[in-house]
Amino acid sequence: MRAHRLGAVLAVALTATLASCGSSEPEGPEAAQSPAAAAAGPVTLTYWTWAPNMDKITKVWNAANPDIQVTVSKQAGGDDAAAKFLTAAKAGNPPDLVQAEYQHLPSFIAAEAVADLKNETAAIKGEFSDGLWGLVTLGTDAVYGIPQDSGPMMLFYRQDLFDKYGIDVPKTWQEYADAARAVRKKDPSVHLGTFSSKDPGAFTGLAQQAGAQWWSISGESWKVGIADEPTKKVAAYWDGLVKEGAIDDMPYFTPEWNKALNDGKLLTWPSAVWAPGVLSSNAPKAAGKWAVAPLPQWNAGENHSGFWGGSSTAVAAASPHRAAAAKFATWLNTDPAAVDLLVKEAAIYPATTKAQSALGQAPEYFSNQPDFWQQAATVSAGARGFTFGPNVGTTYNAFKDAFDKALRDRTPFADAIQAVQDATVTDMRKSGFQIAA
Amino acid sequence: MRRSDRGAWPYLFLTPAIVLFTLFLAVPIGYTVYLAMRRTKVSGLGLGKGARREVFVGFDNFAAALSDAELWQGWLRVLGYGTLVLVVMLGLALVFALMLDATRVRLARFSRIAIFLPYAVPGVAATLLWGFLYLPSLSPFRAILDVDFLGATTVTYSMANVAVWGGVGFNMLVLYTALRAIPRDLYEAARLDGASELQIALRVKVPLLTPAIILTTVFSIIATIQVFTEPTTLRPLTNTISSTWSPLMKVYRDAFVTGDLYSAAATSIVIAAISLVLSFGFLRVVRNRAFGEG
Repeated sequence: MRAHRLGAVLAVALTATLASCGSSEPEGPEAAQSPAAAAAGPVTLTYWTWAPNMDKITKVWNAANPDIQVTVSKQAGGDDAAAKFLTAAKAGNPPDLVQAEYQHLPSFIAAEAVADLKNETAAIKGEFSDGLWGLVTLGTDAVYGIPQDSGPMMLFYRQDLFDKYGIDVPKTWQEYADAARAVRKKDPSVHLGTFSSKDPGAFTGLAQQAGAQWWSISGESWKVGIADEPTKKVAAYWDGLVKEGAIDDMPYFTPEWNKALNDGKLLTWPSAVWAPGVLSSNAPKAAGKWAVAPLPQWNAGENHSGFWGGSSTAVAAASPHRAAAAKFATWLNTDPAAVDLLVKEAAIYPATTKAQSALGQAPEYFSNQPDFWQQAATVSAGARGFTFGPNVGTTYNAFKDAFDKALRDRTPFADAIQAVQDATVTDMRKSGFQIAA
Repeated sequence: MRRSDRGAWPYLFLTPAIVLFTLFLAVPIGYTVYLAMRRTKVSGLGLGKGARREVFVGFDNFAAALSDAELWQGWLRVLGYGTLVLVVMLGLALVFALMLDATRVRLARFSRIAIFLPYAVPGVAATLLWGFLYLPSLSPFRAILDVDFLGATTVTYSMANVAVWGGVGFNMLVLYTALRAIPRDLYEAARLDGASELQIALRVKVPLLTPAIILTTVFSIIATIQVFTEPTTLRPLTNTISSTWSPLMKVYRDAFVTGDLYSAAATSIVIAAISLVLSFGFLRVVRNRAFGEG
């Protein structure tokens, strides 16, 4: 009986495989068409993205542009999506357009997977801040993507519980640490926050706030400074809080974390401007109870922040429709109507400086905070980033392993950050990158 | 029909198998070997056209895989995990099969299906399900037992538990089917000689089951060497599982996280070789006893 079923399953699987082989054949000649021939008929573009409701936004474009039809292929997002794109590019069948997070763009460039859009983007360069533009050029003459959104970091906190425990919103990290201890004294079942060993992006943003420069380019060689002084300071700070039990060490985005958020067991989340989307889906019970403030500062009176996430729209180097793809990407990220849709449908914080008008009403989850976007704009002005290196995938993976280990074995975070630095340099050396001592 | 008239017929019948084997097994393996002997080399910053090229490096990747301490530690972890799974899973499967085969057993049909059912749950679903039961703040067990199921030492047992839960049913069914094929008159003879049910089980059934036990052991060895689903699914929930916990996880990490297909290819060939040695080695050791071959 079992063997029989297995046979049936195999037969079905084979038929499906053969059928898909057959159906993919007609795509061959189309992909091989010369640009001139392609212009004759409508161009179809595929677009890999994980921003919510992007299919609704492309529908607006498709209706207005019968010649260039864009199909959205929804991705899982994050580091996995970057790995998938690199694999597809290597295999020779990448999508035409891809959502490229700033930290992964250098890997895409190093793998020659994304196209240079210098000519196509000359007209829109002025619509983005120099900082964001630098993330898609890496300081070179080439332009490898069009900035879509940015993720300046802010401190999200439970206003109601801050009132209940009598805590003031911390203005410095010192005050944050004091508040963490105070909360533990008042209610041992509650933590002010948690340190996540699974989210290198969050730690990167905190290191940027402190002034870290993990990578930089000097002449023809890379400089890797992951274990630099600002980063070590940030690591030691969280190390102390975790080891003394002042804050928790559960990772973000887990069922346990969701539960803690919903039950009011975690009072703050240093996160990025996109946090309302996460909170509304992961902690629906706490709507209207969260508020936002600038990140605590290292020195009182400063106004620094870092970036967690943020992405650009890049065009695959192998795409036969570069001009059409660039046209769509330009529309998506700079056209006032499109940017309006990005804010309303995709819930992102647009990169273009013209977007301020689209940012009128606060997100529904933060209806208690009408100045949400003004806060974001202020924070964004003080946010600083750095150039990302060509092997962020390796670095972020090393971060997860090293900090997992540090939490498990109770070893110093300073060792963990050194391990991340070493793993990154070793990997770059192995590939042959020139590294300055 | 004379012998020579058969002509091309046998080959015609073989064609589908040969074509499928070539397309989906031989060619991919060949490509893996090819990839394993190559590596990308970048120059300078590695940015811009032509900064990256693929070069032939011979056996460098294999040497790197064999001398990688993390990979061998992964083997050690899998060895511990595998021993645990093999012993407990096959032991339980054997006990359940013998119990179901005993003459006086009630609810046999129901028990058989109940034990087999977890096998029908996909590995990822099963691991998530157990993962939720393990998580400290969600676990219902925490009320009774103050154990962190995802702690540094307990996590191996927790993962083994998932594998055992999912695997006992299948192995039990294989053993049970083999048991049903044993002629009943052997038991009758034993009973006439005054053997108890327990003695029949240990002295008659188990020896006759040896080939089936060996078969399930070989399958289980291969499956545990390839352990991937359980640790990968549990990893986001705990900080006790590294991205290179098992050898296959390292292959996945190299290929799809750090973008080094070449090392991944070399490591997977090493893993395949070790699996072959282990499973054939086991067969060689037990062949004499099981099948009476030389």
